[in-house]
Amino acid sequence: GAVRALAATRSPLAVPQLTTVLRYNNPGAAVAAVDGLIQIGDAAMAHLMANMDGYNYGARAWATRACAGIGDPRALALLQEAALTDFALSVRRAAAKGLGFLRWQSLPQEEQETVQKAIYDTLVQVCEDPEWVVRYGAIAGLENLTTQAVHYRQPLTTFLQALLKKEPEAIVGERILLALENISPM
Amino acid sequence: MSEPNLNPAYTLDQAIANLQQTEDASARYYAAWWIGRFRAAQPETIAALLVALEDETDRSPDGGYPLRRNAAKALGKLGDRQVVPALIKALDCEDYYVRESAAQALEGLGDNRAIAPLMAKLTGGLEKAQLVEGKPHLTQPYEAIIEALGALRAIESIGLIELFLDHFSQKVQYAAARALFQLTGDNHYGDLLITALGGAELQLRRSAMMDLGATGYLPGAQAIAKAFAENSLKLIALRDLWAAHQQKQECSESKALSPASREILKLMDSLL
Repeated sequence: GAVRALAATRSPLAVPQLTTVLRYNNPGAAVAAVDGLIQIGDAAMAHLMANMDGYNYGARAWATRACAGIGDPRALALLQEAALTDFALSVRRAAAKGLGFLRWQSLPQEEQETVQKAIYDTLVQVCEDPEWVVRYGAIAGLENLTTQAVHYRQPLTTFLQALLKKEPEAIVGERILLALENISPM
Repeated sequence: MSEPNLNPAYTLDQAIANLQQTEDASARYYAAWWIGRFRAAQPETIAALLVALEDETDRSPDGGYPLRRNAAKALGKLGDRQVVPALIKALDCEDYYVRESAAQALEGLGDNRAIAPLMAKLTGGLEKAQLVEGKPHLTQPYEAIIEALGALRAIESIGLIELFLDHFSQKVQYAAARALFQLTGDNHYGDLLITALGGAELQLRRSAMMDLGATGYLPGAQAIAKAFAENSLKLIALRDLWAAHQQKQECSESKALSPASREILKLMDSLL
């Protein structure tokens, strides 16, 4: 209701109120607030990052999801930590996907390769997660990273072919096949 | 790809020892769960679980048999069909939750010997399928029984299950629709579940979503992705739907990804 209306304004002025909603233990409202923050995009980032330390666990998890959806590369370290160590698998999953969709293209040329490598190395590690859906998120993320960071296609192909052999969850195996198809040279 | 080691100090030997002793009920209860969770199938664990399935020592305040419930669940996960007669016997346990765990375990083991005993639990139809006074459950674990019959491809139970489409509990209705889709392939039953996804109650939408996933009914994929529920659950339902669909197509051994696979993966990507 009210949160949805606030989110619909897509105004940076709504950011403080939307982030406050993340503190309440109300999943329905938090989903609407996260959607709103993602719509606002980069303009919401500074506020989210500045307040992250003050959040309780629940709010931090929602804020991480918002950062994962926004794609601003300032969230790199935050998403790396969340993808590898968060207690909730839904947060690890969203963070893994978010890493693969970070817009490193907006960074100065000389920083891009460092960020690409950080994303690649982290997501390769996330592919060892015990939860299938987190591995799924990491594979989708890796695939997206290499749509533009094309020099990662060859190492990713080798990595995914090996991963396919030991992947116990059939749907994740299917996602690996799709990724291999999508990253193979025309 | 190892399972999460929840308690690295806990070993299989310890689990077996804990399950075999009778001094510490909670250690025994945990051991039964652990063996199922890590699918530790071997002669010692199975023998100890069969003993636990008839345990008389671990009783809950309401007269239930907590250890038997965990033992039945674990036996359903170990894939050893020699335990089927013991689980069939557990379908007659006085504890409702032991009966429910046994029905689910029999579904997991996929052995046709369970069909007749499961069908026997449905006799009396809707008239017998009432709430037990003072309890939050029905006289029998109807959802688990009906779902097991569907998974076991028990076409002889179609007539019996059809009655339960009119049960007062929506969850039982959904279980019946799920099983009837599996048994008849009639889209009508898949569509019933899709309609249920638009219901007002989150708990019921979740339930219908998991049932739809189990059917492998392809038009259900879009409906699941669009339903009002948490993404985590939608992803599980879509994985199940894909797996069930895939199982049906198994004869067509083609290496390329099917259009259905592509569509489901695309929907799943959008929910990450």
